[in-house]
This record gives sequence, structure tokens and C-alpha cells, in this order.
Amino acid sequence: MSSSRIEILNEGGLRQDGRRPYELRSIAMTFTPHPTADGSATMQQGLTTVSATVFGPREPKGQSRGQVRHDQAFITVEVGEAAWAQQGGGKRTREVAAAVRDTFEPVVMLHLYPRTEISVYIQVLGSDGGILSTAINATTLALIDAGVAMSDYITSLSIGLHLTQPLLDLSSPEESDIPHLVIASLPGTGKVTLATLETRIHVDRFEEMVDVGVEACRILHGEMREEVRRRTGRVVERMQMGQGHGAAGS
Amino acid sequence: MAETERSLPVITIFKRTRNDLPFAQKKFLKKTKRGKVIKVLRERYLRDDIPCGYEGCTECADYPGYKAALPAVGFTKHTKWRHEAGHWLVVDTNIVLGQMDLLAALPASIPLVLPSTTLAEVRHRSLPLYNRLQQLITEEDRHVWVFWNEQHRETATKVEYTAALQDEDEDLEEADEEKEKPVTGTQTMESTPRVAIRLALQFYATHLMSQPKPRGSSHPQLLLLTDDRANRTKASDMGLSATSTREYVDGLPDELKVKLSDLVATSSGDGHAPRGDTTKRIYTDYLPQATLQAGITRGIFHQGYFNADPYNYLEGTVSSATYDKKILLVGRESMNRAVNGDVVVVELLPEAEWKAPGEEVLDQDVALKDDDADDEEAEAEEAREAEAKLAAKEEQNARGLAAKPKIKQPTGRVVGVIKRNWRAYVCHLDSSSVSDAASTALAQQTVFATPVDRKLPRIRMRTRQAPSLLDQKFLVSLDSWSPYSRYPDGHFVRALGKVESKEAEQESLLLEYEVPYRPFGRAILDCLPTEGESWVVPSKSADNVIWRDREDLRDLLICSIDPVGCQDIDDALHARPLPNGNIEAGVHIADVSHFVHPDNPMDSEAASRGTTVYLVDKRIDMLPALLGTNLCSLRPFVERLAFSAIWELTPEGEIVSTRFTKSVIASKEAFTYQAAQDRKDDKSLQDPLTQGIRLLNTLAIKLKEGRMRAGALSLSSPELKIHLDTNEGAPEPIDVEQKQSLETNSLVEEFMLLANISVAKKIQEAYPQTAVLRRHLPPPKTNFETLQDILQKKKGMTLDVTSSKALAESLDHCVIPSEPEFNTLVRIMATRCMLAAEYFCSGSVSKDTFGHYGLASPIYTHFTSPIRRYADVLAHRQLAAAIGYTPLHPSLQSKSHVERTLSVVNRRHRLAQMAGRASVEFYVGLALKGRSLKAGEGAPAATEDAFVIRTFRNGLAVFVPQLGLEGLIEFKKDVHKFDPEEYAIALPSEKGEVVVSVFDKVTVAISIEKDKSTQRAKVKMELVKPVASASL
Repeated sequence: MSSSRIEILNEGGLRQDGRRPYELRSIAMTFTPHPTADGSATMQQGLTTVSATVFGPREPKGQSRGQVRHDQAFITVEVGEAAWAQQGGGKRTREVAAAVRDTFEPVVMLHLYPRTEISVYIQVLGSDGGILSTAINATTLALIDAGVAMSDYITSLSIGLHLTQPLLDLSSPEESDIPHLVIASLPGTGKVTLATLETRIHVDRFEEMVDVGVEACRILHGEMREEVRRRTGRVVERMQMGQGHGAAGS
Repeated sequence: MAETERSLPVITIFKRTRNDLPFAQKKFLKKTKRGKVIKVLRERYLRDDIPCGYEGCTECADYPGYKAALPAVGFTKHTKWRHEAGHWLVVDTNIVLGQMDLLAALPASIPLVLPSTTLAEVRHRSLPLYNRLQQLITEEDRHVWVFWNEQHRETATKVEYTAALQDEDEDLEEADEEKEKPVTGTQTMESTPRVAIRLALQFYATHLMSQPKPRGSSHPQLLLLTDDRANRTKASDMGLSATSTREYVDGLPDELKVKLSDLVATSSGDGHAPRGDTTKRIYTDYLPQATLQAGITRGIFHQGYFNADPYNYLEGTVSSATYDKKILLVGRESMNRAVNGDVVVVELLPEAEWKAPGEEVLDQDVALKDDDADDEEAEAEEAREAEAKLAAKEEQNARGLAAKPKIKQPTGRVVGVIKRNWRAYVCHLDSSSVSDAASTALAQQTVFATPVDRKLPRIRMRTRQAPSLLDQKFLVSLDSWSPYSRYPDGHFVRALGKVESKEAEQESLLLEYEVPYRPFGRAILDCLPTEGESWVVPSKSADNVIWRDREDLRDLLICSIDPVGCQDIDDALHARPLPNGNIEAGVHIADVSHFVHPDNPMDSEAASRGTTVYLVDKRIDMLPALLGTNLCSLRPFVERLAFSAIWELTPEGEIVSTRFTKSVIASKEAFTYQAAQDRKDDKSLQDPLTQGIRLLNTLAIKLKEGRMRAGALSLSSPELKIHLDTNEGAPEPIDVEQKQSLETNSLVEEFMLLANISVAKKIQEAYPQTAVLRRHLPPPKTNFETLQDILQKKKGMTLDVTSSKALAESLDHCVIPSEPEFNTLVRIMATRCMLAAEYFCSGSVSKDTFGHYGLASPIYTHFTSPIRRYADVLAHRQLAAAIGYTPLHPSLQSKSHVERTLSVVNRRHRLAQMAGRASVEFYVGLALKGRSLKAGEGAPAATEDAFVIRTFRNGLAVFVPQLGLEGLIEFKKDVHKFDPEEYAIALPSEKGEVVVSVFDKVTVAISIEKDKSTQRAKVKMELVKPVASASL
């Protein structure tokens, strides 16, 4: 039917990489890959790998001192790309940085940390579509790792549209071929904090895509929470072990 | 946690296990257009839920949306493979690429398993074949199962780090040349796809084994069908069964064998390597694809469509973007096995070797008539002679033209083929190539098939039924063209019927122009309203969906004006004076988009048909007849749904306001052009309907004036009308006459143009990226050079081509009072210099190229004939959305989708026009034959005035305006003098030399002659005046 170069969805209902439309890519999370930072996490969705590192809340230093607010903290985001993962260049990374900052500002409880700065450094280590959403997911985990208070998780995902069929979590060849939407939502309330769309999509489809996207964010949240709990459990276990050891010694 | 609300789909995260890791990634190198090599990494997920498709399988039965297609008992009638439960065929890629005709003709009772590897490879190599394969898969009574082996955990192949992975690499997409290589090429290196297919077979064997056996018998056997010998050997090493096509067909039961054995393509590679060095190599090998691509980027090679010369079989041209003029290819070696329509790569010769196009008529049937199909080495003397003669002539030309180099054209030779555009061709059998000894027996012999299209070479094919094909038309498919062979090899597909029987001619015409003429399928007819013929507009009520946002225009005095016998009435008109002195005029178009919804089977079928095709005695509809001639057709005296464009116009024809609305109308009368004309002219009639027609007419005159002032061209192409005698059972052509144009023709035309332009503006405004528009690009000035030169030299007239307005004016001045047809002739020739109008998507070209040159309108679309043109249906949908009647379907918001659809429509439109013309030509031929029968043996069918339109070294091309017929007059004896500079030929006669040149009026005798060997009826023309040419 279609004569485009790659077949987005074949007659067997399979995508290029063998997934079905509503299947997300395999994910993997690592906590504290950079122990010197206050919090850090690496998120891997398929071949896209993004590492986020959080410093703060801390006293603002250098140039950012001018942004200090007396009643709350402020967030700065910097995005860097590893040379082998580069795609868009400077403009693209600045856009990602701005989007991440805007996404987190309403969710991080900034008023708890007046006169401080929370710096987020994002490194893209591998890119195969969905950089922005993976960056948001990684930042959520890193902020949790740093113990920064947030009202909820933020999870994010890209949703594409092939004719009338929504596809979840696009890989890079899909991303370059079909219109797609990036959504970030608070899984607890189902609120959408970010929705970016660079192509034209019909209004009717848009609604359906957002619905599916929010639901998928919720699934993703389940997976991330599971991982956070597992890790926290391990930390608590170790702490108890340490305490027990100390008690025995005294 | 995951409590899905509403009816959301199940969303899962695909978790990969450690065991999958070796398969998790695809890594390959890709060369970009600029020649940079980059490494690409793609993910791959393996699944366990790929169903096997077997009816008796208990394991796969639970997968979502799954319907088994493979029967428990396979094909059992084969004489060699007699497994008790029969067998299924597993199809390898080379079968689809090389033996598609056979595959499609195999009885539906043979179940086929298509591994996705095959599908991907075919898609990559040839889209047309892929589409045919898709058609085969969806055929209702056939058992075809696509097994997605690449995604199945047990059959996925570990992809090696190869330089070019086939199904991904975009730049090698069109590399379909591998097929051409001898089989030895694939034997040295085993490619992953072959391994994948064997793995799939192995999977089935073990998978079926694990299933419970059906009562007392066993599971079917799987049989690999491949023409790759290495693959077969490897398969049998693994304990799998494999066979070649030849072997398989030979083992079929007798009646099938006879039917199918001709369909086996000759190149079915069973080690039939070219006959080594003993045979003379005729053509040079093609360069490898990479070299071609590199050459094209560096600008030393040129890519374009190969266009064979219908007059001279040893000459062709390639249009390339780099040169204004076409690149000339002279001689067999330069054309290097290119067939009309192929995309080829050309290398230019040094400028010193550039040539002018030959001025000679060379008919391959005549020149090569004694060539022996069986024997390559014995080159026919005559062929050699003809070619030698040509070479000599060329040299002579070259010398003669050295002084005036401007006539020379860039000349080159084909060094490679990017894409073959081969299809099945309608052919006759060349009777001289059939051996007499074999004429009784059903022995296989090699014969020549001569395509009906003069631009194609003769095709050599092997057949068992040569004697019975002698007076038949039949389809032949091209297989290959080896560098050792003068002619391409092909195979017989099917017979169409007796030569000159109307059915065979009609079908061959439809096939030749690729018109889809199959009856509409069940799925399509299911999309029609269930009421069928009895569907009516429901009575008006506020809550009826049909009446929502629809205006009630049933009281307006609307009428339609169409040609005689028109059944699909697309358009109707009305006009009435308004109290403020202005005039309200309305065009009402059948509301096809109400019945044809986007994205259903009927819509896809209409999109692929593109247009209704009108032949002289048959109409091939785009939409099912129920819609076309009934529910959508704006028939008189019934209520019909319409889409109306209504203007307020000043009496001077200026538009005050425009509005569009869906409506319900009731046409008051369906006029023919003549009837409307009579009604208008009849002064005694003063009823409102007649007044309306008069009002429309006066406005149309004003509108036309306005258009002409803006520089619209009135062009001319010969239009003929065939009178058919329908009294008897079969229509017989009675006579031919030229169509005449009435005032009312122009009336309808003007309002349709107005509607189209208004709609174009509206949809372009609403959807600047995806509006469906139509444009006509201004022709390049070089197109007119020859015509300008001829006019200047012969008649002292000039043609100003700087703009359409200038052209229109200078065309008006090309008049010779004594010869009224002269102007028409010039217009016809000017029309041929122009480009064709085309549909396009507004977002894909720059805005300053939207214009319609011929109509001198800055923007244009087609809106007025949705019953017979698909582009109009799209325009209707966009307009409906633009006025907020319905939301726009997402497919019409996608630029790429609109572009794709329109490119199909453009192609269909062009082919439909050609088919229509060919049909008229056939009937003109029949009519002439009828006349010559009346005239008696030996006498010409007609003697008519004709104009010379082109001169050749050994002949004249003439145009007979009375019959709309173009023909060739050949001078066999070399006693005339040819002056290419003056476009003239001097012919000897008793009274001394008579010079005939372009634009001269001559008299010709027309007769019908049957080619003795091919049965092809040819129109033969001879000069009568000023010199009788029979003896020349």
C-alpha cells in the first residue's frame, strides 16, 4: 500500500524492529553512576541512553547567581551530547534543556529550598529516537536519587501516528518518517506537563494519541517506581546491616 | 496498578532476555548520497507470538487476531512429491522476481508459505512485483500464509556485519541487477536471506512435528521452491525438500503441466550460464551500481528514462536534467539492451562524436525479418546490411553536418540500468520464425514475438504452442537480456484472442495501457449503500444526518448539459437574475464524497484506478456503476445530493462573491449540447429555464473574453467521433467525422473552469501544504525551436513563445486564408511542443510554479468530475473540510500521502488518454477497412488531403485532418533528394523535380495492409499528388 522507503507497520502488525504498536522498547535504569554528584541516574530505552546528574540544592555559584530567588530554588539544565550520539547540534540540545527545565519546575517543590540552585546535567550517550523523553525520565530518577522533593514522578514518551494507528516509543527511523508527539505526564493525576509536536496532526487523532500516551506514561511509571523501590530497599537493607554491625561493636 | 480506563489498548514494555542479545541489534554500513560511509545500528526484538498459520496447530491458535490459512492437507496431485498429506510450497525470492507469472497462475489449491524475508527482498528489488505479490496474498480463494520469520525467535538469523544489508540500505534500493548475474555469483557467497528461508523451513518441520497428528495421517510436507541451485543443495543437506520451478512444473498433473510450462521464465537459472566465449558478445556489460551512482554524483554519467524512437529501431533518446536537449543513442551497442521506459545511466561520447538524429525510417520488422530466433551466430544478412547502411549514412551525415554543428545533439551510450520497467507486453507471433517442421507437433521451439508497441524490440521466447498462436494476440513477459543475445528473452503469459477480433483488441489495448479493468470485487461493492438502486434522498428533516448543513436547492431551475448518451452526469448549472442587478450563477457537482468515504476498499480501488477510461465502445469505470450512472449522476427529475459552488457575478462577469455548500438539487432537464443550443436559439421560448441558459451563455462569453485577454491558449488536438451502428448485436464502425464545437460546449466549459479556479483558491487557502491542485508548466523555449524554424523558413511566420499570451497572439496570426486547416495544424504542432498538465500537492512545489499555462490561471484544480476522476474526489473532501462540513481525513493532511496518490492519478490519467486515442485509432482503422471493402480489391480505402508534418531522409510523415490520422510515406528507391535544412524532399517526376516540404498540402491514398508475418494491420499511405509515390 505505502511506497515509503521503510515499512512503518507491516501486514503482520509488526514494526520495523519487531514490536507491535503498543509495545515500548526494553528499558534499563542505573542509579548513582556518578557517586560524586548529589544524585544521578542513567536511563536506557532501547538504544537511547541518557545519563542525568543532579547537583543541589546548593548555593548558586558563578554566573547563575543573578537568578537567585529569595523564596524558592531555581533549576538550571545543561544538555551535552557524546560525539557519537550527536544529531541535531547546539540548537537541538538547548531546546531539550529548556523543555526539561519547564517540565520540572512545576513538579519539584522549589519553595522548600529558597535561595538555592538545582543543577541538572544531562548527557546523551546513545541516540535512537526519543531523546527528550528519555532525558525527562532520567532526570526524574536522578532527582529522586538526589532526594529532591517532588510532588510526583514525571514520565515521558513519544507517540507517533501511522495513518490512523498510534505507535508508542518511536525509534529513530520511525521518528524521521512519521509525525510524532512527545508527552510528559504526572502518572498520579494523569496531568500532562509537556506536549510537543513539530508536525501537523489531525485534532481527532491528537486526542487519541494523548490518551494512549498518558496511559503508557503510567505503565512506564510502574516500572520506574518498582526499580526505585528495589534500590531503596537495598540501601535500607545495607544501612540496617551497618547499624547492626555498629551496635554489636559498641 | 495498570487499571486501564475506557477502552485503552494494552500497553506493555517489551522486556528483552539475555538469550536474545546476539539478535538484539542490526549493525550495517551505509553509504550516503554524498559517498560518506556511516555505521548504522538498529534494534531488533524477537517474538514468540508469530503464528505458523496451520489449521491443525494448537499452539499458535490463541494469538491475537489470528486466522489460520494453511489447510491440513496440502497439494496432493503432484506426481513427484507425493507425501500423503500433500505439500505446501515455500517461495524463495528468486521465484517472485523471476517467475511471478507462473506463481500467479499456479492453481489456488497449492498452499503457499511466504517467508517475510522473501517479502522484504521483493519489496526492496521491485515495487511492481511486490504489489502483484500483495495482490496474490489477498486473493480470496488462495491459501497464502506470510510467515514473519525474521521476527520469530526460532528462525531469526544473526545478522552478520555485512557491508550492505539488503532490506535496509536505501541507496541500493533500486539495485535490481543482481538478477541479471549468472547464478554462479550467488554460489560463492551464501547470503543471509537464503539461510533465513531454510531456517524457516526447518522451524516448520519441527513445529509441525510437535503438534498432535490429525487422525491416522501426518502433517503436510514443506517444499522449498527456488531456482538457486546452491540453496537447493544446502537445503537437501539439511534434510529439507527443495525443487526448481522447471522440475516442479514438469511433475504437475498433465493438464496443468501443459498450461503452465510456457509460463516458466526462460532464465530460470538452472545453471544455464551464457554459452561461454564461443558466442560473440554483442553488448558490453553494465557497470556495477556503485560505479554508476558515483558517476552520476560526479556528473560524468547522466540518468534518465530511455525513450525508443518509434520510427527507427536503432535509435533512442534519454532525457536528462543536465541538458536541454535529449541525449541521443545511436545503434544497438549504444542502446545496450535498454528497453523503452527503463531508467538508464548514460555516458556521453566526446563532443567530436556527437550526432544528429537520423532522418530515416527504419522498421525492424522489415530489416530483421529473416533473423533466426534459434541461432545467434548466423546474423541475418539484411540486418547487417541495414545496420551497415545506417553507419554509412551516419558518417555521411556527420560530414555533411560538420559545417552546421547546431543540429548535433549530445550523444552517448548506455553504461548501466538503474531500474527496469518491464511488464507484460501484448505481442503477435512472427510467423516467419515458426519452423514448418514443428508446426504440427507440440514440440517446444524458439520463436519471435513482436510487440504491438513499435518502441519495443522483438522478444525471443520458447513455446510449445507456436502453431496455435499464429493468429492470436498474446501477452509476453520479459525475463532477461543477456549481453550475448541480440534480443531479450521472454515467456508466454496468456493468449488474448484472435487478431482483429474486437474483444482481443480491446483487452490488448487495456493491457497495453495498464488500465485496471477487472470487475469490482465483493469488498468494494459492500461499500455501496445497501438500498442499491432504490436509494433516494430522504425527506427533509432537521435531525436527518444527510440534511445536516445541506442547503435545499430543489426549487432552483437547474439543468445539465452533456454530450449525447452521457450516463455519468457530473455537473449541472443554474443562473438567475438578482434584485440588485447582478446575476447568481451556480455549478452543482455530484456529491461523490458523500458515498465514497476515505480509506475503505472502494476508495482505495478508485485511487488506484485514478480515472474512468473512455474507449470508443466501452467505458471502464472508476467507481461502481451504481454510483457513477445512478446515485451520483445528476439525472433529471430526481433529487440528488450535490456540492454547489454559487457566485454572485456582475453582468460583466466580475465575481462579487463566492460560496460553496453541500446541497440537494433536483435537475429540471438533461440537455445534450445540441438541444441546449437549439433551446437557446429558439426565440419563441421565453420560459425561465431557457432564460437561465441564455443568462449563462452571456456570462460565459464574458468569462471567455476575460480569459483570452489574460492569455489563455486555445489549443487544438484532433478530436474524432466514431459513429457506431448499434442496431446489430455488435457495434460496427460506420463512419468517422470530426467533432464540432457548439456555443453550449463553451458555456459549460467556462463555468467548469470558473468552479475549478474558485475551489482551487479556497482549498489552497485552507490547506496550504496539502491542497490537491493541477498545474501546467510553461514549456521550455527549446521545445519550440524546430517549429519556429520551420514556420520561419517555409511560411515566413514567427512564433513568439515568451509567454502564453504572446504565443496565443502569434498563433492567431498563423493563418493562410486559402487553407483554413493550416491554423489548426500549427496549433496541433504547437500543442505537441508543450508539457502535459499534472496534479500536484501544493506543499511540494514552490508557489510561483502553481500556474496553469494553457488556461493562463495562477491556480487551478479539478473539482467538477468526481465520478470519473479521483483527484476531484480529493478536492471535494478538502473543500468539504474547508467549509467546515466535515473534518478532514488525516490521510489528506499528510503531504507524502497526497503526493503518492497524485502520482498514481497522474500516471493513470496519461495512460487513459493514450488508451482512448489508441481505441479511436483502431476504429478509424476498422472504418477504413470497411470503406476499402466497399471500394473493392486493390483500391485505396480513402483519398484525402494531408499536410506534411515531418520529413525524413527516406520518407514523409503526413497528417490527415479529416481522419485525425498520422501516417508515413516511405520512398524505397533512392532517387529523391533530401534537404534537411529546408525540411524538404525533392521528388523526380515526368515534369522534372517536385519539391515537397513541411506544411505542404498533399493528397494521399490510404489503404490497410496486413503485415504478412505478424498479422499486424498497418495503415499504409501513398502520395497521389503532387507526385504519385507508388513507384518511388
